[in-house]
Amino acid sequence: MKIGALKEISTGEQRVALTPESAIQLQKLGHDCVVQKGAGVAAGFSDAQYEAAGVKVAATAAALTKACDVIVKVRPPSEAEIKRLSPEKTLISFFYPGANEDLMELAKSKGASVIAMDMVPRISRAQKMDALSSMANIAGYRAVIEAGNNFGRFFTGQVTAAGKVPPAKVLVVGAGVAGLAAIGTSTSLGAITYAFDVRPEVAEQVESMGAEFVFLDFSEEQADGAATGGYAAVSSPEFAAAQLAKFREIAPDMDIVITTALIPNREAPELWTADMVASMKPGSVIVDLAAEKGGNCKLTVMDERIVTDNGVIIIGYTDFPSRMAAQASTLYANNIRHMLTDLTPEKDGVIAHNMDDDVIRGATIAHAGEITFPPPPPKIQAIAAKPKEKPPEKTAEEIRADEVQAFKKQTQSQVALLAIGGALLFLVGSYAPASFMQHFIVFVLSVFVGFQVIWNVSHSLHTPLMAVTNAISSIIILGAVLQVGSTSFLVTLLAAVAVFFAGINIFGGFLVTRRMLAMFQKS
Amino acid sequence: MEMGFTTAVYVIAAILFILSLGGLSGQESAKRAVWYGIVGMALAVTATLFGPGFGLWGLSLALIAAGGLIGYQLASKVEMTQMPELVAGMHALVGLAAVFVGFNTHFELVNVAAMDESARKSLEGFAALLAKKTSVEINILRVETALGIWIGAVTFTGSVIAYGKLSGKVNSAATKLPGGHVLNAVAALVSLGALIWYLNSGALMPMMILTLMALFIGYHLIMGIGGADMPVVVSMLNSYSGWAAAAIGFSLGNDLLIVVGALVGSSGAILSYIMCKAMNRSFVSVILGGFGGTAGPQMAVEGEQVAIDADGVATALNEADSVIIIPGYGMAVAQAQQSVSELVRKLRAKGKNVRFAIHPVAGRLPGHMNVLLAEAKVPYDIVMEMDEINDDFPDTDVAIVIGSNDIVNPAAQDDPNSPIAGMPVLECWKAKQVFVSKRGQGTGYSGIENPLFFKENTRMFYGDAKASLDKLLPMIE
Repeated sequence: MKIGALKEISTGEQRVALTPESAIQLQKLGHDCVVQKGAGVAAGFSDAQYEAAGVKVAATAAALTKACDVIVKVRPPSEAEIKRLSPEKTLISFFYPGANEDLMELAKSKGASVIAMDMVPRISRAQKMDALSSMANIAGYRAVIEAGNNFGRFFTGQVTAAGKVPPAKVLVVGAGVAGLAAIGTSTSLGAITYAFDVRPEVAEQVESMGAEFVFLDFSEEQADGAATGGYAAVSSPEFAAAQLAKFREIAPDMDIVITTALIPNREAPELWTADMVASMKPGSVIVDLAAEKGGNCKLTVMDERIVTDNGVIIIGYTDFPSRMAAQASTLYANNIRHMLTDLTPEKDGVIAHNMDDDVIRGATIAHAGEITFPPPPPKIQAIAAKPKEKPPEKTAEEIRADEVQAFKKQTQSQVALLAIGGALLFLVGSYAPASFMQHFIVFVLSVFVGFQVIWNVSHSLHTPLMAVTNAISSIIILGAVLQVGSTSFLVTLLAAVAVFFAGINIFGGFLVTRRMLAMFQKS
Repeated sequence: MEMGFTTAVYVIAAILFILSLGGLSGQESAKRAVWYGIVGMALAVTATLFGPGFGLWGLSLALIAAGGLIGYQLASKVEMTQMPELVAGMHALVGLAAVFVGFNTHFELVNVAAMDESARKSLEGFAALLAKKTSVEINILRVETALGIWIGAVTFTGSVIAYGKLSGKVNSAATKLPGGHVLNAVAALVSLGALIWYLNSGALMPMMILTLMALFIGYHLIMGIGGADMPVVVSMLNSYSGWAAAAIGFSLGNDLLIVVGALVGSSGAILSYIMCKAMNRSFVSVILGGFGGTAGPQMAVEGEQVAIDADGVATALNEADSVIIIPGYGMAVAQAQQSVSELVRKLRAKGKNVRFAIHPVAGRLPGHMNVLLAEAKVPYDIVMEMDEINDDFPDTDVAIVIGSNDIVNPAAQDDPNSPIAGMPVLECWKAKQVFVSKRGQGTGYSGIENPLFFKENTRMFYGDAKASLDKLLPMIE
C-alpha cells in the first residue's frame, strides 16, 4: 500500500506525520511512502532527507491523495482534504470526532475509513500509538520551558558571591501525562515543585517524580480513576470548594503555576480564580495548558500571552507540541507507524482493517460508509489495578498468641504421631515372632534417624544427596555376595549378576557424588 | 572370621553411612561426608566377603572390579546436564539387583525345604539360617521376599522409563494406556492375590506373576507422569530402591541392609515431600499424573509480549546495581550454564550485586540447578533458595529469567483458578525490570499462560538461551 503524508495547512502548525526514520520502518512492513513537497521543512526534515530514505515526493496535496491508499496527517482534516478522499482510502490523523460531526458525516458520505489518533483506547497494548500521551508529554515539558522563558528568575536556589537566590516554587495542577512531564522538567531544573490531582492514587507517581503532593483536608472517597479509563472525573461541589480553598492558601507563595486539568468532552474546570491571580507576586507566570477548552484560569486568552494588572503573566498557547516540531513529529510519526504496524499484521504491505481488534475498532470513526463513533467500550477496561486491601498488621500480642498456638499444635501432632506409632509397634510386636521384632526395631530406628538427618540436608545439595543415597543403596550387594556361594547354579548366576550391577552402582554413585561436590566452591 | 566381628564392622559401617548423609548439610562438610560413605561401603563389603560361610570371594571380587570399572567410566564421562538420567538409570540397577536377590532367596528356600534333616545340618551360611526357621518365620520371610521383589521390580521398570524420559529417548509427555489408573489398581490387586497364593504354595509361578505385575506398574506409573514432575519421580524411585533393599534385608536377616535401606528410603521420601510442597501439590496428585482440575475460568492475560534485543538487555545490565538470575530447565537444555557463569563473572567484576534464585523444583532433579551452576564455577554463596531471596526482588534492578516458566508465574498468587494456584513462586515481577530468555512465545510444560511475560516491566529476550547470552556477553563492558 502507498502511505502519504500531507503538509499541514493550519497556520502555525509545524509538525508532520511522517519522518524519514518512520518511513524506513514503514517500508519494512511492505508499504511505499510518499510525502507532500515541503511537508517536513518546518519540523526540520527536508525533501532531500525524505528522498534519501526512499520516500517519493508528491507536488500537491491533491496528487498525493490521489496516489496513496493511506493518508496520514497531524491536525484534523479540512473539508477540502476530506472531499478528496474516496472509498478504499484511509485517513489517519487527530480528528476530535465529538466536536467535528460535520467532518465525520462528510467522511462517511465519501465512504472512506477514518482513524482518529485521539480515539486510541487507553489500554496498555495501545500505549505505543497513544498520540495524545506523546503530545501531552511534549506539552508538559514545553510548558515549563515557556514559563522559564517568561519568568525573570532562576528555577534553582543558589548562594552566589553576589547574593542568595531563592528557588522558584512551581505548582502543577493535574498530574496526567502532561502534568507529570511538567513536574519532571521542573524538578530537574531545580525548582521546588508541588503537584495536585483530584485522583489521590496518582500521589505516588507525583512523589516518584520528585514533587510534593498537595493533599486536601477532605476525606470523601474519590471516584476510582480506573473506571473512567484513567481520566479524571467531575468532582463533587464540596470537594471543589476544598480544592479552591487550598489553592487560595498557597497561591501567594507560588512563582509558577502550570494547569493541565482537563475532563474529557467538557469545558475545562475553573481551578485558578481571578482572586488567586490577584494574590500572586508580580512576575509570576501561569501556563494554562487547558486554554483550548476555555482554560483552568478564566483570565487566560487562547493562543496569547497576557500580563495582568498586578504583573502576572498568563500564557494561553495551545501549540506547545508544534513549538517543538522536530521532537513532536518524531514521536507522532512513531505513533502512526505503530498504528500501521497493527493494521498490517502480516507485514506484507496489505492493510487489514480488523474491526474486532479493540484498539483499531476504538480509533476508527468511519468505515465502509458507516459512522462508527462512539465505539463500544473496550473489552479490557482497567489501566490501574485496584489497590489491594492490605490485611491488618498483627500486633505483637497476636503474633505471640499465634506462636503459642503453633507450638501447642506442634506438640499435639507430635504426641499423636508418637502414640499412633507406639500403638502400631505394640500391635506388630504382639503377633510377630521375636526374630522379626529384632530386625523390625532396627528398621524403625533407622527410618527415624534417616528422617532426622535428611531434614538438615541443604537444598543445594539435593542432587549429591540422591547420588550418594543411590550409591549406598547398592548395599544390596551384601545380599548378593552372601548368596553367591550357593550350591545351586541358578542362584549363583543370579547373585553374580546382582553383584556386578551393584558394583557398577557403588563406584558410579560415589564417584559422581565426589565429582559434583568438588565443583561447589565459595567465592 | 567370626560372626561377631562382622556385626561389629556392620555397626561401624551403619554409623559411617548416617554420618555421610548428615554431612550433606553443608558444602564443605559434604566433601568429607562422601568419604565416610565410601569407607562404610568398603568395610561392609569386605566384612561380608570374609565373613562366615562364604566361599566364592574370588569371583565376587572380580565381578565387583568389572562392575566398578564400568561405573567409573560412566561417572567420569557423564555431563552434569545428564545427571538426572544417570541417577535414574542407576536406580534401575539397584531395583534389578533387589529382584535377583529376592528370587535367590526364594530358590534357596525351596532347596532347603526339599532337604532332609541330616542334609540341613551340614548347610552353611545363608541356607543354614533358612533351615532353622519355624513355619511362621518362613511365612514372614515369604512376605518380605515378595515385598522386596515387588518394590525392586517397580523401581526397575520405573527407573528405566524415567531414564528414557529424562534422556529424551522416551517422549516426556504424560501418556497412559487406555484404562489409566484402573490398570494400575488391577495390577496391584493381582499382585496381592499372587502373594496370598505364594504364601500358601511357595511355588515359583505366583512369584513370577507378582514380578510381572510389578514390572508393569513401574512402567505404566512413570509413563503417566510428565517431564516437569520428574524431580518428584526421581526422588520417589530413590526412596523405593531403599525400601526394596530394606525388605531384602529383612528376608536375609541382615541388619546393615535394613539400616541402609531405611536411610535411603526415608531420604527419598523426604525429598519427594519437599518437591511436592514446592509445587503445592499432594504426592498422590503428582503420582497419578497431570495437574489438578481447575475451579473456573482462568484470568485473561492482558497486554502483549514485548521483545527486546541483546543491545537493550546489555544497556539495562550495565546500568543495574543489583541483578537476580532465575535459571530453569531451559538453561540446562541449552547448556547455557557456562555462558551464565561468564555473564555473572563480568557483572560481578564491575561491583554489581549478582545472585541466583533457585526454586526447589527448577530442573528435572532436586538441586539440579545448583549442580549445573557449581559445574560452571558459580560460587555457591551467591546461589540462594527461594525463601532466602524472594523478599529482595523489590530492591532489585534487573531480574533475568533463563528458561524457567511456571516457577515465576504470578498467576499462582493472583488467579485462584489457575492450575498452579497456591504454588510458591519466585516473585521476580517485583524487580524494576525483568528479562525473560525464552525460545519462543509458547507456554511452558504445563500449558499455562504466564502473565509475567505480559507485564509492563517485562521484556522478552527471544532465542536459544546460550546463543542469546553469547550475543550479550561482549556488550557488557
